[in-house]
Amino acid sequence: MTDALEVAGLVVDLPGRGGPVRVVDDVSFDIPAATTVGLIGESGSGKTMTANAVIDLLPSGATTGGSLRWRGEELLRASRARRRQVRGHEIAMIFQDPLAALNPTQTVGRQVGEILRRAGQSPQQVRSRVIELLDRAGIPEPAARLRSYPHEFSGGMRQRAMIALALAGSPALLLADEPTTALDVTVQARILRLLRDIQEDEGLAMLLVSHDLRVVAHVAHQVVVMYAGRVAERGPTSAVLREPAHPYTRALVDSVPAVRTRTALAHPLPGTPATPANRPSGCAFHPRCPIAREVCRVEQPSVRSVGSGRWAACHFAEEA
Amino acid sequence: MLEVRDLRVRFGRFTAVDGVSLSVGPDETVGLVGESGSGKTTVARAVVGLVRPESGSVLFDGAPLGPVGRRPASLQRAVQMVFQDPRSSLNPRMSVSAIIDEAWRTHPSSAPSGDRTTALHSVLDDVGLDSSVARHRAGELSGGQCQRVSIARALAVKPRLLVCDEAVSALDVSVQAQILRLLVDLQQRHHLAMLFISHDLGVVHQIADRIAVMRRGVLVEEGPATDVLGAPQHEYTRSLLDAALELTRES
Ligand SMILES: Nc1ncnc2c1ncn2[C@@H]1O[C@H](COP(=O)(O)OP(=O)(O)OP(=O)(O)O)[C@@H](O)[C@H]1O
Ligand SMILES: Nc1ncnc2c1ncn2[C@@H]1O[C@H](COP(=O)(O)OP(=O)(O)O)[C@@H](O)[C@H]1O
Ligand code: SF4
Ligand SMILES: [Mg+2]
Ligand SMILES: [Mg+2]
Repeated sequence: MTDALEVAGLVVDLPGRGGPVRVVDDVSFDIPAATTVGLIGESGSGKTMTANAVIDLLPSGATTGGSLRWRGEELLRASRARRRQVRGHEIAMIFQDPLAALNPTQTVGRQVGEILRRAGQSPQQVRSRVIELLDRAGIPEPAARLRSYPHEFSGGMRQRAMIALALAGSPALLLADEPTTALDVTVQARILRLLRDIQEDEGLAMLLVSHDLRVVAHVAHQVVVMYAGRVAERGPTSAVLREPAHPYTRALVDSVPAVRTRTALAHPLPGTPATPANRPSGCAFHPRCPIAREVCRVEQPSVRSVGSGRWAACHFAEEA
Repeated sequence: MLEVRDLRVRFGRFTAVDGVSLSVGPDETVGLVGESGSGKTTVARAVVGLVRPESGSVLFDGAPLGPVGRRPASLQRAVQMVFQDPRSSLNPRMSVSAIIDEAWRTHPSSAPSGDRTTALHSVLDDVGLDSSVARHRAGELSGGQCQRVSIARALAVKPRLLVCDEAVSALDVSVQAQILRLLVDLQQRHHLAMLFISHDLGVVHQIADRIAVMRRGVLVEEGPATDVLGAPQHEYTRSLLDAALELTRES
């Protein structure tokens, strides 16, 4: 299967008070065509910055390194015009907070149709395509909703409107950053099902960013686990969850309770998540790791193969 | 110990809580679940006296609690709340030691008779915070540390019932596990009763003895945790369970 996106050694530096801070550090993973990759990690681990680097939406002053190959083309060295062309058309993004991402002063219909209008489609063409998109995103009575403003929608409906907007450019890769985090559980389940259906029906590649392992388990074929700006582990979702190759992944899996049966409280990890600005020496996870040894404090583990399709950054992955 | 009888709360013409009755016994944890907007927070706010019920009563050891301000000091002290957003529930410019001091000033009967510093350090130690944190302003702390301070502030006045409204929802998963463990340990150590509100059915199942399910201001089901989530009777509870994701992917 061809890879839609190849992320290799991606580095993102953001300006900080004491000089640049490396918030994404040597991150590599692929998104094969028609595949959903889940990006999981705690807040500040660099998930959003990784996704934003892909779609060229990093904060001002950010510098990047490594490589982002989109269908064989290097995006990090593409011209601005070319990157603008990719964004929205070939790669589209949906955000956690649709209210912040949608324009409050424009109707939903106008915003979803924007990219079509700019592509020179006639008003009739735009209108019927927008209705089709809203319908695809599960908005009931789409024709009647064209004239609604975002604030007239519930949270779940707004997220659907943003999905319609993202699909308007017929992207081949959809980036979804915490798309259901702000939603109620029942609405979350529906939006996740919608994303899964769209991904399958349209054969999209998708990067689903989440801090919730259950969300990733539900929709992602592959998973990338990040800790303090680096990849801790990656591989096929079911294998990673069944048999984690990194102690951090194991702790995450153990901390998720079952719903229908009673689970004993997990033995929590000590300490707090490391931040890129305050990264411990050696393996950034060592102060919290239950199996850390002396070498972990001084030597940073590199990501290595630990089985078929499985990669982990741990000196003792075989014991995790 | 806590008894809510036929509680009704209205905001203008809108009835947010419509005849809810529930009880929490000593040493007991009762979980309150339901969709967003079902009225969970409103019940919690009525219990701690932050909203005035239209009708019904909130009794503690058989005595009516009444609104904050007119509530007898001993009862006000007995019921403490921990909020969802650890950052906005603490004044970011206040030091941790000032936050605990303020709780003692509000409830003088709970203030330490001996050395304040020793008492302060013991309260912080109770929630797993190093005594050096006392000097820090709340704004300088991580989310997990803030939540520990909120819990310390609640515990400092020696309550008997802790009302936790989405107290771990805003925290990172690994920190969430720490705070849950802390709450359960503290509950056993201090013989606390707990009303625990969460949208995460898995978490509620882990720590609640009994679970009450709310929908549009009404309790639709109530019973032992393992019954309610293991063999739900009400269709609404079943629909909540269907929407909840399990880690193991069902086909
Ligand atoms: N001060 C208020 N004024 C008007 N309406 C209110 C007020 N507080 C709450 N409500 C309404 O009462 C209903 C119940 O709100 P409540 O906050 O108790 O829900 P909840 O179950 O805690 O929801 P969530 O899971 O989202 O926290 C909602 O429809 C809400 O909009
Ligand atoms: N606009 C910004 N300016 C400066 N630092 C930022 C900005 N956005 C994020 N960061 C920092 O970058 C790091 C990674 O953040 P982010 O990618 O948003 O994490 P995640 O999405 O995993 O929670 C964090 O340390 C965060 O504080
Ligand atoms: S390298 Fe060492 S500290 Fe890091 S995860 Fe592996 S065992 Fe733990
Ligand atoms: Mg993020
Ligand atoms: Mg609430």
